[in-house]
Parts: sequence; structure tokens; C-alpha cells
Amino acid sequence: MNHLLIAPVVLPALVAPFIIMVLRHHLDLQRIFSVASTVLLAGIALTLAAHAADGTVYVYELGNWPAPFGIVLVADRLSAMMLVLTSVLALPVVLYAIGSGWDTRGSNFHALFQFQLMGIMGAFLTGDAFNLFVFFEVLLIASYGLMIHSGGTRRFQAGVQYVVFNLLGSTLFLFALGTLYSVTGTLNMADLAVKVAQLPAEDTALLRAGAVMLLLVFAIKAALLPLHFWLPSAYANAPMPVAALFAIMTKVGAYAILRMYTLVFGPEVAATAGLTESWLLPAALLTLAAGAIGVLGSKKLGRLAAFGVVTSMGTLLIAISLFTQTATAAALYYLVHSTLAAALLFLVADLVIERQGPWILPQLPMPQTGLISALFFAAAIALAGMPPLSGFLGKLLVLDATRGTGLAAWIWAVILSGSLITIIGMARAGSLLFWKGHGLPLENLDTSEEPPLEQPPARPASLPFAACFSLLAGLVGLTVFAGPATRYAEATAAQLFAPAAYIETVLGKEAE
Amino acid sequence: MELLVASAVGILTAAGIYLILRRRSFPVILGLSLLTYAVNVFLFATGRLATAAPPILNKYEEAVYTDPLPQALVLTAIVISFGMTAVVVMIALGAYLSSRDDRTAMPAEAEGAGEDA
Repeated sequence: MNHLLIAPVVLPALVAPFIIMVLRHHLDLQRIFSVASTVLLAGIALTLAAHAADGTVYVYELGNWPAPFGIVLVADRLSAMMLVLTSVLALPVVLYAIGSGWDTRGSNFHALFQFQLMGIMGAFLTGDAFNLFVFFEVLLIASYGLMIHSGGTRRFQAGVQYVVFNLLGSTLFLFALGTLYSVTGTLNMADLAVKVAQLPAEDTALLRAGAVMLLLVFAIKAALLPLHFWLPSAYANAPMPVAALFAIMTKVGAYAILRMYTLVFGPEVAATAGLTESWLLPAALLTLAAGAIGVLGSKKLGRLAAFGVVTSMGTLLIAISLFTQTATAAALYYLVHSTLAAALLFLVADLVIERQGPWILPQLPMPQTGLISALFFAAAIALAGMPPLSGFLGKLLVLDATRGTGLAAWIWAVILSGSLITIIGMARAGSLLFWKGHGLPLENLDTSEEPPLEQPPARPASLPFAACFSLLAGLVGLTVFAGPATRYAEATAAQLFAPAAYIETVLGKEAE
Repeated sequence: MELLVASAVGILTAAGIYLILRRRSFPVILGLSLLTYAVNVFLFATGRLATAAPPILNKYEEAVYTDPLPQALVLTAIVISFGMTAVVVMIALGAYLSSRDDRTAMPAEAEGAGEDA
């Protein structure tokens, strides 16, 4: 157990350079190592989760330096859950990228993929605010490379925008950290929690400024409404399997909000009280509305899926912004669901785009149209939150948790009408893509080529479908085992709202 | 000294934001660099300003020493921002060479089919 805690960071950090330096010209070996590393990561994450499930907080001190001075990695229920989610998402995505040949369309896909995993895993594990910044940068650098993978004018233009915007976010992150450090003299999260609680109430102007800047940074990552505009064009122009992996990256922002604003700037801390409640919830409601309208208005499948991510982030942030234990439990369940559902939708979008282009227009039936339309249907009802899949349960939990708060009527109205608009948007796209084409008169079509139906698929395409179905199986499993899943989420929320154990474990050895 | 450092950070930030709002790749990259200079100076100042004080505790004399942690943070931030600048230069160059246009705004979505993905 001791050194297992750092393995999720070290393993991809070793595999990625190995892939670049040794296996540069051996695509098959690259694929084998990438998949093996991802499988191994999943195993490590599951082991960690099994250990953390009983509520123990595990601390790993790098270089054996005790907590407020040294760097620590911390695994509690929330971190372990996010690690498992990341690895469970990464495996189908890398299989899809191999099966669909995306990894051959540019160089170094697998190395960048591993670096991306390293950054995400590190961000979930770190117990130090500055290291959170460092791991954010690691995952962002990798994501810049993945985002412009295989090139193209539009992808480059979207990439520049994405990079510049995230660099601005990083600068703001450093300003926030500097402000916090100048007030408290520490950046270790547990130590920050102690120091912030001890701060005299009249001396908190600078601290509040720092906390607001930090929240802005995480809101950029989580695509909260006024700061969401980078997401649709970036995700829609990224390669679709990469966008499927990016589905976890918005959740890194949500995770950081949950972590910092329960542990450090918790609801009961006088210094920053009332900081988040006043505008996080309205912004989240607007995010959901904007995402739903975006789904309805998208002309391209990639944008549709990207706005699907925005809607799910809206719902998630509504639940998070309440900062109550039941709402957080609901948010955690919905977080797992929405990550898998968004990734599934991106992969299905890629299946369609590969066969008939990015536009949502009536077209001739494509090869394997039945399978793909079934998958699209499943992804659509999952993302919109219809029964029988877990999105319905997640939304039900969120709605249930808002009961009794002052804004419950607003939240119910926005979530329910947002779901309705999302369903309409998905139904419009699905019927245009999969049904309308059957009625097209044949003479209008380009007959210079063979009709697409009679062409055999260019590759034996079983692996992409296996990846899609395994994501779908994850959603079904989340629905069937909703009982254990919600119990784990409730235990996680309980642990988040009682941070004393976390703080004691991290700082404990120093106090002895 | 405080006034000088504070106004330097302020001016660098203002100039950086102005350049980023120009929305052409070269000014944007320069603006980002100015912003990272500003943030580095700011981080450096978070450990309080002191002159001629060593950043490590000296056990042989009763000297004041400055906070060493901001210096470590600045070092990390400099390395990261340097790498990031290289990345953004490469991507902006790629975008310029493939589209012959250095605007960082996305062109409006063209109507109808027939465009590459």
C-alpha cells in the first residue's frame, strides 16, 4: 500500500517517455504498452479505492518530508473514486482510438495520452494547492498536443484559442495562489484549512480575493457559464476520441471546487462565508440553459456532443453549489454518470462522422446504421437523463436534494426544461441522421460512386464498437448497482463535510 | 520599494491584457509573456520584500532571512510558463501557416456541407 499511492502518477510518467524514446517507430508496440499501462492504472485505482472505501485517508509524503513543508499526495474516498473513473474512461477511449485508427493520423498519440492521464491522476491525488497547479499544467500541455492531433486548419485555429484561454486561466491560478500564500503562509490544503479557520474575521479581504480568483479558475475548467465559451469550439474541433477523454477534464474543475470549498473554504468558515452561494448557483442554472439551447441549435454532431457536456456540467454544478451533504452525494453520482455518458456520445459521434461527415443532415443509410443508431439513442437518453439509464437516477437525486432550499422552484424548472430541450435537440439530430435519409430520392444522390451500403467497411471495425458498448455497460452497471454507488457517494460526501480526519491525517505526523 | 514592485506588476498586467485583447497571434503571445512576468514578480513578492537577506536560514549568525518558498514557486512557474510559451508559439505558427490568417478568433461556421471536419 505504501508506495501504491504514487503509482498512478509514476506509471504513466515512465511509460510515456518510454513510448516516445524507444518505441517511436513501432506503432504496434506503442499500442500494446499504452493499453497495458491503462489496464494497470485501472488495477491500481481499483486497489486504492478498495483501501479508501472504509474511510481511511492515506497520505504519501514525497521524500519523507512531513506535511506542511513537504509535498503530499492524499487518497480519500473522493480521490479514489475519481481515479477509478478516469481509468475506467481511459481504457475504452484508448481502445477506440486504436480501433478507429485515430492514433495513426498524427505522431505521439499514445505518449500524449499517457501524459494526460498522469496529469489527471496527479490533480486528483495531490494535497497541495501549488501541486494542483503543476498537475493542471501537465494535463493541459498534454491536452494541447492531443487537441491538435492530426492537424487541419480549423483544429489549429480552435487549438490556439483553447491554449490562449487556458494560459490565461493558469496565470489567474498563480495570482490566486500567490494571494493565498501571502495571507496564510502555506499552500498545503490541510494546513490552509487550519490557517484560514484561525484568521481573524476582519483581516480577510485579501483572502476573499484569493478565494474568488481560485473559484474563477476552477469555473473556467468546469465551463461555468460566463467562462464556458472556449469549450464548444475546442471540444467540437478536437478529434472525437480525445474529446471523449476531455469529458473527465471538466470534472477536474468540479473536483477542485468540491475539494477546496469543502476543505479550505468550507461552509462554516467565517472568513469566506457567503462567497460561493450568491453567484455559483445562478451561474450553474444559466450554464444548463445555455447548454440545452446549444444542443438544440447545433448543426454539427461534434458541437452537439460538446454542448451536451455543458448541460451536464450545469446540472453537476447546481448540485455542487448547494454545498449540502445530500446534494454533494447526488453530485458525485451524477458526475460519474455524466462523464461516461458524454464520452459515449463523443465516440458515437465519431462513428457517424467517420461514415458521413460532421453535419447533421439527412443522408443515405450508412454501414452498420442499426448498431450506430442504437448506440446514439442510448447515449442521447443517458445524457438527457431519461429512464432507464443512470442519468435519470442522477437527476432525480439532484432534484430530491434541492428540496427545502429557497431556490428549489428555480432549480426544478431549469433542470426539467433543460432536460426537455436536450431531448428535443437529440431527437432532432437522431431523426435527421438516421431516419430522414431513408426517404431521400435516390436520383438526387451522387451516383458516380458505389452506394455506401454496398461498400464493405474499410477496416474490421469491431474494436470501436466494443469500446462504445463497454462505456454503455458502465452506464448500465451504474444504473443496476445504483444502491451501492449512491451509498459510496453518500459516504464520500460525509467524509468531505467532516474534514477533521483529513486534516489530522495529513498534518498528524508533524503534531506528534 | 513596495510601490515600485506593485506598480510594476500592475503595469505589466495591464499591458498584457491589452495585448491579448488585440486578438492577433503575435500580440497575444507577447501579452501572455508579459502576464507571466507579472505573475512571477507577484509570486516573488508574496514572501514579503526584503533586500540583501539570504533565502536560507544561516545558523552562524543572527541574520534575517527571506521566505524561501516563493522563490521555489517562482522557479517552477518560470519553467512552466517558458514551456507554455513554446507550445503556444508552435501552435500559433501552425495555425498561421495552415490558414494564412493570424487572428485568434474562430471564423464563423460556414453554412452547408462540404467542409472538412
